[in-house]
Amino acid sequence: MSINIAISGTSDKPIYQQLFDQVSAQIVKGQLTEGFCLPPIRTVAKELRISVIPVKKAWEELERAGFIVTMVGKGCFVAPIKAHELSGKRDELALEKLKKDIEYYKALGMSVDELVEMIVRYYD
Amino acid sequence: MEILSVQNLCKSYASFSLKDVTFSLESGYIMGFIGANGAGKTTTLKSMLGLVHKDSGSVRMLGKDFDQNELELKQLIGFTLGGVDYYAKTPIKRITEVARRFYDNWDASVYRSYMHRFKLDENKRPAELSHGMRIKYSLVLALSHHAKLLLLDEPTSGLDPIARDDLLELFQELIESGERSILFSTHITSDLEKCADFITYIVNGRVVESRSKDELLDAYRLVKGTNEQLGVIASRLIASKAHSFGFTGLIKTADLRQEDTVMAEIPNLEDIMIYHAKKETDYEEPAI
Repeated sequence: MSINIAISGTSDKPIYQQLFDQVSAQIVKGQLTEGFCLPPIRTVAKELRISVIPVKKAWEELERAGFIVTMVGKGCFVAPIKAHELSGKRDELALEKLKKDIEYYKALGMSVDELVEMIVRYYD
Repeated sequence: MEILSVQNLCKSYASFSLKDVTFSLESGYIMGFIGANGAGKTTTLKSMLGLVHKDSGSVRMLGKDFDQNELELKQLIGFTLGGVDYYAKTPIKRITEVARRFYDNWDASVYRSYMHRFKLDENKRPAELSHGMRIKYSLVLALSHHAKLLLLDEPTSGLDPIARDDLLELFQELIESGERSILFSTHITSDLEKCADFITYIVNGRVVESRSKDELLDAYRLVKGTNEQLGVIASRLIASKAHSFGFTGLIKTADLRQEDTVMAEIPNLEDIMIYHAKKETDYEEPAI
């Protein structure tokens, strides 16, 4: 099991958010499972050639959202999450993104039906 | 743990003075020290190290007052002030022989590994080395006694892009354990965009900003617009530059209003330095 992260230096999305999104997605998809030990923050920073603070912030957000737990002196581990909680968390992540996107489509003047039709047509 | 704390450091010369320079750094982080040429970066570093006599203020390193524990603390810090250009005709092998005796914790194997990493030949003399090589050699001397705090003046200047990148990677390796910190001055701000967590920005002997890089960048916006828009926003700008088609300026994010119609984007460190410098040329007494 290993963690995959690719950071864009030109994205509008802050680096900590990119980290949070990518790690939480891998936990939700089951690629990273309970007990997996995340690398120390300074190792992540060194490997990705980014500064330490965004990694620290991402790990804190992951902990707050219940994806990981910190054991003092040992590191950060993927939290024990039950299958139904996992899909709940997945829906939470999706909803958060969807809410922002809906604002955008509304601003473009799209109706619900038009939007749904477009999603159905392009989902694959 | 706080590894470095500089409080109200003052030093006056006939034509320049450091005024109440204050900043601090936790262990396990890299801080970039930026400012224009002559802003006081080197004077600050030298005053911190007791290489020039400060007029007032205090410096604490690893929890101890520098003045009262100078010899002990100097064993625990590594510093460079430009490249090694003394003993220009002496093989660096002999310069090392002298330098290592000052340090109880000198580690010959660490020294050899850095000499190898930087491709330095011990039999060469400083006079035979390029500027970049002399810088690298001074870094080797600063890094070979397991220092906890590194104070480096312009360590990347004169290095080619590949050597700079390698050095920045080394800095990140050095702080990986979380027990070491690095303060380095530079005016190559792109060096800091990647690896620095904190920025201390000095203008004309005063610290204008000292905080995390992301907070610092987020506290400002680069705004662009037409000349009519400039009229509305001009009094709130730190400084601006007009061009044939409109203007570009820097503003504090807090001074930007909801009703402003200008384009606003997050600046980089260079933008912040350029517009502060432009402001500086227009007035005597900083309003900060």
